[in-house]
Amino acid sequence: MAASLVRNTARSALRNGASATRAAGSLTFARGKATLPDLAYDYGALEPSISGKIMELHHKNHHQTYVNSYNTAIEQLQEAQHKGDIAAQIALKPLINFHGGGHINHTLFWENLAPKSAGGGEPPAGALSKAIDESFGSLDEFKTKMNGALAGIQGSGWAWLVKDKQTGNIGIKTYANQDAVVGQFQPLLGIDAWEHAYYLQYQNRKAEYFSAIWDVINWKAVEKRFSA
Amino acid sequence: MSPKYTLPPLPYAYDALEPVISQQIMQLHHQKHHQTYITNLNATLDAQTTALATNDIPALLSIQQKLTFNGGGHINHSLFWRNLAPHGSSATDIARSAPTLQRSLEQQWGSVEQFTAAFGAVLLGLQGSGWGWLVSVGGPGGKLEIVSTKDQDPVVGGKVPILGVDMWEHAYYLQYLNNKAGYVEQIWKVINWVEAEERYTNGVDGAALLKL
Repeated sequence: MAASLVRNTARSALRNGASATRAAGSLTFARGKATLPDLAYDYGALEPSISGKIMELHHKNHHQTYVNSYNTAIEQLQEAQHKGDIAAQIALKPLINFHGGGHINHTLFWENLAPKSAGGGEPPAGALSKAIDESFGSLDEFKTKMNGALAGIQGSGWAWLVKDKQTGNIGIKTYANQDAVVGQFQPLLGIDAWEHAYYLQYQNRKAEYFSAIWDVINWKAVEKRFSA
Repeated sequence: MSPKYTLPPLPYAYDALEPVISQQIMQLHHQKHHQTYITNLNATLDAQTTALATNDIPALLSIQQKLTFNGGGHINHSLFWRNLAPHGSSATDIARSAPTLQRSLEQQWGSVEQFTAAFGAVLLGLQGSGWGWLVSVGGPGGKLEIVSTKDQDPVVGGKVPILGVDMWEHAYYLQYLNNKAGYVEQIWKVINWVEAEERYTNGVDGAALLKL
């Protein structure tokens, strides 16, 4: 996943004509900037589960802000590396974690969604379906447990179906704020539990959002990640 | 059975903070969000009573985070409502309403404007849900500090919460959307400086706070 995210980023950067040449002189290596990925569907395509207005703000404004702030933090990191300023590099860690995580999480999230007309909500098949049945009993049981995890988040954050890279087992994990799924676990399916993901439509009734989103989950994308 | 907490009434009408904070936001925030913290706090306290009665230490420990979250949510919102005053009311005039606190803010930050800029930077620097606070360290009349707390963590440890601003998205999203800087800039127009001066001078009575 991480590799494909970087590849996409580099591709988009080239497409947009952005390159590291702007920074030539201060940098010794070329590097593509992170850019906002296009959605594979229209903003209104996930209605009624997620309104077009939410999708537009979420993608064009929130995700874009993570992309911009991540790029700024990385520029500062490169500057600090160039100067050999270790303290400044360490101080940038929270910003990179937050905005880099925001970029990764949202990029994965958009791919996890699909309009009904494009297969959104169609249950998983094959090895993933089998793994879900073995781990949770059934797809419905899994959804109930995932919704329980989402409802239990105290503050902003995400719930993920993850694969343990050591054992191959799948499980549900929650992450605070924009902490990304990295290290031992591989992200398969993420659901955004930040209030900006649902508030305009569902207000405080977040359980309704968690229940409605299953109608637009792109299980094909989850299968692909699972078998990668 | 533990004592039951109930939702404190707002000291002003739901639309009294317009146009800075909309009636719809105030209504949802008070009637739904704050009420949910109280409902869950009461349930958590009941569970705690049972765990105590049966000497169930693992259960007691597992309850603590829920207590912090829901108890904190109740405390923070109770403080927050009284930190706000109707738009255009005399309480929103710092010079008239908080002469002692204003002097201390100027001593500490140079001017009220520099204080609000520093406070705003802390609010906008929060990563996720949380609160920004002006606190008086060690009790009333102490050294002033700007601190943030994550999620619903309350201000504890001898610090007096003089002024709190809710930076959860539910506090502003219906009106300001992703423009949280706009919310942070506008909220100064509805800050209740009478309340802030009172807390700076006399502190906050914790027990009275939750009864309101």
